[in-house]
Amino acid sequence: MAELSVSVVAADREVWSGAAKQIVARTTEGEIGILPGHEPLLGILGAGEVRITPVSGAVITARAEDGFLSVENNTVTIVAGRAELVA
Amino acid sequence: MGAQLRVYRQKIRSAQTTKKITRAMELISASRIQKAQARMAASAPYARAVTRAVSAVATYSNVDHVLTTERENPRRAAVVVFTSDRGLAGGFSSQVIREANELRTRLESEGREVVNYLVGRKAVQYYAFRRRVAAKEWMGGTDQPTFETAKDIADTLVAAFIAGGEGGEGVDEIHIVYNRFVSLVTQTPEIVRVLPLEVVDGVEEPGESEILPLYEFEPEVDQVLDGLLPVYIESRIFNAMLQSASSEHAARQKAMKSATDNADKLIREYTRLANNARQAEITQQISEIVGGADALASAK
Repeated sequence: MAELSVSVVAADREVWSGAAKQIVARTTEGEIGILPGHEPLLGILGAGEVRITPVSGAVITARAEDGFLSVENNTVTIVAGRAELVA
Repeated sequence: MGAQLRVYRQKIRSAQTTKKITRAMELISASRIQKAQARMAASAPYARAVTRAVSAVATYSNVDHVLTTERENPRRAAVVVFTSDRGLAGGFSSQVIREANELRTRLESEGREVVNYLVGRKAVQYYAFRRRVAAKEWMGGTDQPTFETAKDIADTLVAAFIAGGEGGEGVDEIHIVYNRFVSLVTQTPEIVRVLPLEVVDGVEEPGESEILPLYEFEPEVDQVLDGLLPVYIESRIFNAMLQSASSEHAARQKAMKSATDNADKLIREYTRLANNARQAEITQQISEIVGGADALASAK
């Protein structure tokens, strides 16, 4: 199965990047789930958490504020002014 | 010791202390520049992602939005000048200010009123001395800019831009003037119009025979653009600040290196002169003794 190549980017650094199976993010409209093969999308992030299910390993949760999310061609970029991983 | 010799010795000592200071500053800048460059590199993915998204929206959606459309007869233009807090960095601040003055002349000849936003103590001092009014000033931390400052600047600008120049309060255009970091030896002052969107530079070219996809917007195109506008401005401002910080360190390192070299030259020159004066003094003393002895001998 195809995978998503994900990068979570904050203003001053790249927070996380890697391959993932699924992403759940919260836009201003509500939660949105992204699987491989998703149509191109540009959305504004609401306050909340982004959950990334990597190809291997446990779910990664990141807090992202002030940003947006773009999906194209199985590449997901989560861009936020402030972003950090939640342990 | 002769008076002349003492004067030379004093000058040598003074040049030596100056040299110690300039050498230390050179070394400090040299170590900080690496950190500044690393921060610039670390923020690159963010800037790239934002620019890409903005250009995607601007190119692939036919919507009229403040972000992309130029206002009819713009009246007021914001000019943001990025300088340093401290001097001793060669022409770093003055070349940006010169560039800003040229921009101001150009904008005024086009019938626009210029609103100044100043970053760095040097710009604030320059404008205060000439009694030019600044809409807002930011001082401190230009050598290690934080995202919070960038956000504050961006918020101010976006608020002014949304207000518009009609009422004589806001602005219709935003220009930024900063030192672009080209390399360790070259930093060029650059003027960029950030709003309305002009040319999006640094956009990653889509791969071969690949076209940028048609985006789905969540929630709506207008809202996405509204949300993207401040983020885009923030990223441009932050990028300008980081570039400016790197340039500042590079410029200071270069200026301090030449100051150290000059101090070396001065020390060498004065040492020669001091040696000369010492020899002249000795020669004079000898001739005085010889002359005295001769006079005594002939008096007998």
